[in-house]
Amino acid sequence: MKSKRFMVLAVLSMTLMLWGCGKSSSPSGGETSVLDGGAGENATELSYWTFVELHGKHFETMLQKWNEANPDRQIKLNVTVMPYDDMHNKLSIAVQTGQGAPDIADIEVGKFPDFLKGTPQLETLNDVVEPYKDTIVKSRLDLYSKDGQIYGLPTHVGATVAFYNTEILDQAGVDYTKIKTWEDYKKAGIQVYEKTGKYLGTADTSAVWQSAMMLSQQRKDFTDDAGNPVVNSPELIKGLGILKDLQESNVVSTIAGGQPDTEEAYGEFNNGNYASAMMPLWMMSRFTNYMPDLAGKIAIAPTPVIEEGMPRSYGGGGTGTVVTKTAKDIKLAKDFLAFAKLSLDANIQIWNTLGFDPVNMDVWEMKDVTHNPENQFVKYFKNNPFDVLNEIKDEIQLIKSTPASPTINNVLCTTTLNEIFEDGKDITEALNEAQKQIEQQLK
Amino acid sequence: MIRKFIYSQKTAPYVFVLPFVLVFLVFWIYPLGNSVGMSFQKMTLGQGAQWIGFDNYVKLMGDGVFLKAVTNSFVYMVLTLVILIPFPMLFAVLINNKLMWGREFFKSAFFLPALTSVVVAGTIFRLMFGEMEGSLINSFLSLFGIEPIKFLKGQVTGFIALLALATWRWTGVNMLYFLSGLKNIPEEYYEAASMDGASAFQKFTRITVPLLKPTTLYVVTISIYAGLAMFIESLMLWNGNNSPKNIGLTIVGYLYRQGIEKNEMGYAAAVGIVLLVVALAINLTQLAFTGMFKKED
Repeated sequence: MKSKRFMVLAVLSMTLMLWGCGKSSSPSGGETSVLDGGAGENATELSYWTFVELHGKHFETMLQKWNEANPDRQIKLNVTVMPYDDMHNKLSIAVQTGQGAPDIADIEVGKFPDFLKGTPQLETLNDVVEPYKDTIVKSRLDLYSKDGQIYGLPTHVGATVAFYNTEILDQAGVDYTKIKTWEDYKKAGIQVYEKTGKYLGTADTSAVWQSAMMLSQQRKDFTDDAGNPVVNSPELIKGLGILKDLQESNVVSTIAGGQPDTEEAYGEFNNGNYASAMMPLWMMSRFTNYMPDLAGKIAIAPTPVIEEGMPRSYGGGGTGTVVTKTAKDIKLAKDFLAFAKLSLDANIQIWNTLGFDPVNMDVWEMKDVTHNPENQFVKYFKNNPFDVLNEIKDEIQLIKSTPASPTINNVLCTTTLNEIFEDGKDITEALNEAQKQIEQQLK
Repeated sequence: MIRKFIYSQKTAPYVFVLPFVLVFLVFWIYPLGNSVGMSFQKMTLGQGAQWIGFDNYVKLMGDGVFLKAVTNSFVYMVLTLVILIPFPMLFAVLINNKLMWGREFFKSAFFLPALTSVVVAGTIFRLMFGEMEGSLINSFLSLFGIEPIKFLKGQVTGFIALLALATWRWTGVNMLYFLSGLKNIPEEYYEAASMDGASAFQKFTRITVPLLKPTTLYVVTISIYAGLAMFIESLMLWNGNNSPKNIGLTIVGYLYRQGIEKNEMGYAAAVGIVLLVVALAINLTQLAFTGMFKKED
């Protein structure tokens, strides 16, 4: 009798323990850290949500400076980092219901239009942008605006460049500086595959970086001038056709994770399985943080083009930081935000901490900042990214962000690109279906 | 005065039932009614809702992604019925057998997965079925000389992974239902059957299965609903709601995508109502078929 009771108790306690371990720990999920940046007791506590850990680091730097410069308006920042989809979904619910939203939040450019639907539940930022308007690339502000009202502050330009693993290229006897067109790229890729068995590049299936690159080179976009989706354009068919041909020649291949900016892909690149990536400049910070084995081996160059003379870059990705309508101290949040993202100092820090190409393009000319030998990015990469940036400065195209963009991204990244590169579906057919699906979704 | 009212013979029953009725009204009827209402509206952020009649439903009919989600949920439901009814029943019978040793151990072992967090389990299964050579299943297959399979990128292979997760998790629960059902079958029936010379198989098909009917019906009913409404397993396995080519998208997954990711609450409500109607239709049909609504003789 006694042993039976003991057994029951033991099983019960084990069950309870396992049950308890199963529940999630923090209320909103994600990692939260409190930055006080030297703030005193009267500091206002503001909460900030982001999906990129590194953005939090930048805010930490700016927080210190703000608190020093504004001793009577000090801030304590609660930074919460959540995975991409998670953060946006939670923010969406919070903003819709008016409950539990942070004071400041990052919203990625691909999701931004969803938050601008109807009456945006975000504060307009025109007044705090005014002092900095002349120094910032306007098209980057346009991405986060609606009807002339600015709702989000940009983080960077995101100019797309090519990242080459020179170690693999040297083994194959390829000189990356000679690669100007996709024809050159193909020849180089065949050589790389024959000599080393590695792929020169990726065929992205879960992101539209390459599709946007091909479109912008032909001076086109996913949408027409009126903002209507047109994914089955002859230009995109041509662009994807080039990539498909490269895939069939073993120059590029699909990658675990679907695109270079995923955890699985970092591992693949770090292990030297792929020799190049066509990504926006912010990919640099992924290299330094997640691919330590490649230090000193990666060179940056303009992307190959379909025909020489075509523009060699476009602004890819982007994060607009917003102030929600339910923010505790709206004026303080707005002022701090503008300080942290638009001031000259902020732009210098965005380069120093995050390795991003700042929206204040005056910084691009400041040699002591961009070529600072102590900068971790200058140390990591074989050549200086700003040398490349200044070369392509006037060629950076804009891929518009429209209300149709999230749907376009979703359909292409979930279905179409997989069909083309994994299943070998005919490109024109796949894009026609995508167009139909997008139009149906937007009805 | 009030005391007399509450304790009186006539009103006491109503007082006892009142808490349940209140909870039912607030947490069941009100959201249901609200959802039905929302499905006929278009809701935009910050602005009011507009009544648009059947537009949402018409849009649903032409929506290829929604149809894909319905197909996925349906196939998943049928497959879980095929796997998660016969096998747990078999296991229950085996465990219930007099000759079985370690009975309690097996009961606990089978039931344990149901106690784990779906989030953790889904993540582990995602890593197990990863597409690279080092992942568990692929390294196992390589022992047989089979090339690594990109499990989570294909429809059939994706479902294999999904069903593996579901089977691992729910076999124990269904098995326990059947075990308790078996307890209600008197021993004498089996003894009488043995005396009449019945084989084990005949005992199973002629005694066990018919007398387990109420339990089986219950398990089928909840499995039909659970299969159609599955969401978290798919979410964890594909690390988000966006599986390649929507192979893992379920009805609730589509509801989540429209309602929360895209702020289209009216459309999402319509998806939810369709789920309700479909589940209700299937369950009522199967219950009617199996004689649930026949009057007792």
